[in-house]
Formats: sequence, C-alpha cells, structure tokens
Amino acid sequence: MRDVPWLRTAAASLVVCVAGGALFWYGSDGFRALTTEQARRRAIAHSPRVLPVVALEDQDGRPFTLGDYRGRPVAVDFVYTQCQSICPLLSAGFQRLDRAERSRPAGRQLQLVSISFDPRDTPARLREYASHYDADGRAWRFARVRDTRDLAALLGAFGITVISNGRGDFQHNAAVHVVDGHGRLARVLDMGAPPAEVARAVATNARREPRVSSR
Amino acid sequence: MSGAYAGALLFAVLALPPMRSALERVMIAHTLVQIPLLAVAGAFAAAALPAPVKARIAAWNKGGVAGTLLALIASSWWMVPRALDLALAAPLMEVTKFATLPLLVGAPIALSWRELGGIGRGFVIANVLPMWAVVGWLYAAAPVRVCNYYLVEEQVTAGVGLLAASVALAVAAGLRSFRTVAPRPG
Repeated sequence: MRDVPWLRTAAASLVVCVAGGALFWYGSDGFRALTTEQARRRAIAHSPRVLPVVALEDQDGRPFTLGDYRGRPVAVDFVYTQCQSICPLLSAGFQRLDRAERSRPAGRQLQLVSISFDPRDTPARLREYASHYDADGRAWRFARVRDTRDLAALLGAFGITVISNGRGDFQHNAAVHVVDGHGRLARVLDMGAPPAEVARAVATNARREPRVSSR
Repeated sequence: MSGAYAGALLFAVLALPPMRSALERVMIAHTLVQIPLLAVAGAFAAAALPAPVKARIAAWNKGGVAGTLLALIASSWWMVPRALDLALAAPLMEVTKFATLPLLVGAPIALSWRELGGIGRGFVIANVLPMWAVVGWLYAAAPVRVCNYYLVEEQVTAGVGLLAASVALAVAAGLRSFRTVAPRPG
C-alpha cells in the first residue's frame, strides 16, 4: 500500500489541473479574453446588443436618439472635449472615416455620432469641438445625454467604463462602435480603424442580420 | 494556535470595507498588497491546522505536488487583468477573490512548501519568478490600458512594482541557496 499516497496525489493533481484549467478557460473565453475590453468585443460580435432608448441632444441642441437612425448604420464613439490624451486620436480617426464617407461614389453609407460623457460639455462646447474636426453636425454629430441620469444606462449598454483621475480628466474605453440598421450595437473596432475596415465590418454585419428583431 | 488567530485577524482587517476600498483604489496596492496578504492569511491559518487534519490532507498531497499545482493555477487567475476588473465590478467575484486567495493559494502553499523538498522548491521559484517578472513587464509596457478600472499610469506603476518584487525575491532566493550550498566549516 506504499503507493496509495502517490496515486491519490496523482488523482488530486489531475482534478486540480482539469478543474482549474476549465475554470480558467471559462473565465477567459477560452484564453482569448484576458481583459474586460477583449471580453466586451467578443460578446458584442457574438450577439449584438439591443440598446436602450436614450434621449440625446446634438451640438445644435437638436434632440434625437440612436433609434432615429433605423435602417442606417452608425459609428459611435465616446469622447469629452477637454480630453488631451486619447480623444483627439479617436476624433482624428472619425474625421478620416467622415472624409472617406463623403467621397464615397455610391453615397454615404455610415453616419457618425460622437457622444460626450462629460457633464461640462454643453452644446456650445460640442459645436466648437465639432468645427475643429470639420464635422458638419448632420452626418457627423456631437452629442450629449439630455438627462444626465441616463448616462449610466447608456454607458452600461455600450460597456464603457469612465474613471476620473481626480484632476478633471477621464480615462475610458476608446473604440469605434458600429450600431447596425436595427439599432443594435453589433461590432466594436479598434480606435483609428481604417475606413475600409469599418466599411467591411458594417457590410459583414448587414449580411448576417436577415431577421429583423421586432424589439 | 496563534498562527490561526494571526491569519483570521489579517483576513478580517483586509475585509474591512474601508481597508478594502483603500487598497483597491490603487492598482499597485490591490495587486501587490491586498492579493498577497490574502494568501498570507490563508497560509497562517493552514499552518495552524491540527496535525490529524494535516495528515489527512497530506495523504492526497504527497511531495506537495497537488497543492502546489492548485496554488499556481489559482494565483495565475488573479494576475489576469479581467479578473481584477471583475473583482471591482461584480460583488460575487470580489467574494470569490477573498475566498480563493486564502483557501486555494495561501493554504496549499503552506501545506506543500516543506513537502516539496529543496529541488521542488527551487523548481517552483525558478519558474514562478520569471513568469511574474514577465507579467509585470507586460503590464508596464502594454500599449493599451488593460484594466477598465485603473488609469494607465497606475498600470505602469503596478507592472514595474511586480517586476521589481520578482527581481528582489530572485536575488533573495539566490543568496539563500548559495548560502545553503556553501561548504560548512568542519
């Protein structure tokens, strides 16, 4: 019976490795999502998210919701006008998208909406910021929530986490969010994704959405 | 039994809401203070287990192999950025952290370390420390923010901290092993 402890130990080790490996696999989407951002993108690509109806207003104070775009895909990003770090890069990426869309021979396919989560951003500030990036305020709008109490729901639906550094600046997920013609958040792409990549994501998503959800 | 009290006391202090929020607000305190101390609390408690209980566990843990594997896998999970975010975002995951670090990391290490023997311990140290150093370097050098709940500057600090801690532990382990193998007088 001398070997029994080794057999037991081998059995215990096997259980530990199999169970531990399985839990690790489950917790990291098969070792493919080691960050929350990766997990968010995979979950959205796998099953597009229905977004809540949140009242927004644009840089000219016009009220609208993302639901108004039904039938037309929209690229959405989240910024704030006083941002010095990542938002200028996001906005430069959107500017590139906007230019590509304007010069599309078959006409514009993609609408752009940049949403500020900073309560300090008034429509006037958004208007000024929009002019820096040559946004026309129609096909590319800058917006904020009309009621700040809706902000958490909107950010939550998109999976955006905003944290303050305590000095008036924020850090937040920086990405291009493709909302499909059914008003669902369908894909999340890297900040600064080239226009061709965004167009491809919109096209592949349009092909796989034959069933119109009634919601 | 004083070890058990020390472990329980340490755990209780770490679980105090003000202590929790203070340590979790700063990434380096979360990763390099709270998480290791939770494991230490478990180690203290396990070391104070009564001998018959230890013997029963040892029957399944010959050479400390199963316990060491358990601790390695469970501790690896808590180095994943998503796990840190989840612990902050989901109360259930925070409870899981407070349960698994003492029970699945600290306690098995305490019950296995002596059993491992010199070669086993050396093997574990020589594998774990470079892994930690690489993880720390990745946190420090990653071009993206890997945790939703921490600023990128904090990520760099935590990464450099883990790298520095790994190097310091490696130096300490090296000095110790050279002292052990040095010829003894007489």
